[in-house]
Amino acid sequence: MRAISLAITILVFWLILSGHYTPFLVAIGVISVLAVVALSIRMGVLDAEGHPVHLLPAAVTYVPWLLWEILKSAWSVSKAILSPRLPISPTMTVVTASQRTNAGLATYANSITLTPGTITVGVRGNEFTVHALVREGADDVESGGMDQRVRQFEGGA
Amino acid sequence: MQQIVDLLSWAFILLGAFFLITGAIGLIRMPDVYTRMHAASVIDTTGAGFLVLGLMLQAGLTLVTVKLLFILLIFYFTSPVVSHALAQAALAADVEPMLAEDRRSRGPAPPADTAKTSELP
Repeated sequence: MRAISLAITILVFWLILSGHYTPFLVAIGVISVLAVVALSIRMGVLDAEGHPVHLLPAAVTYVPWLLWEILKSAWSVSKAILSPRLPISPTMTVVTASQRTNAGLATYANSITLTPGTITVGVRGNEFTVHALVREGADDVESGGMDQRVRQFEGGA
Repeated sequence: MQQIVDLLSWAFILLGAFFLITGAIGLIRMPDVYTRMHAASVIDTTGAGFLVLGLMLQAGLTLVTVKLLFILLIFYFTSPVVSHALAQAALAADVEPMLAEDRRSRGPAPPADTAKTSELP
């Protein structure tokens, strides 16, 4: 099942990038896709971590939410940068992530880093070391709102 | 119609340019490695995001738009990985962050409210 979904995904990807639709070129594309899928199965990377297609429905709501968060914090970081006093209060903190799967943990750590103003500096098990540009950023991560969202994202599908 | 799309596209491109310049100024103004990375993350998420969005409106409904979307996706998947690797490398090399407050020593914050988690499906 996962193999079929991977095949469709990379075939569509190939067709879009190629832009040439002569029978010869499409045939080469199809053969390449089949070879890649066969190799993925052989390498054992075709699992919930390598091709997390089951997360796709949940991503429909998670991604817009994350983009909005990114926009909000990008604006506050921009204000801090352009403010003459440079009002920063760098803070390091440790938070516990509640995700159960590796894909979920990676999504949470990457979401923290993607949001301007907070960076995941270290990951040990499910304890993330986070560096925040301002104290409020660290408070935000500690309050666990994003953690909840990612759990929902990971478990919702 | 074309004019509206053009105007919107220019607005996005200018907005992207604003965030790029702000990020660049931040890169210079910030005091140490870690805080500079925060400024850089404004560039590669919001700046590049708006810029590519504006370019997508310029390209219209073509393959180019889809390719631009892929570029954006690649940005959003790779940049946090690179930022994380850089920050971790800096920490491993004993580059001490300039901190106003260090909450590392008091142990991890308690896990997110358990009452709330049980409500989730």
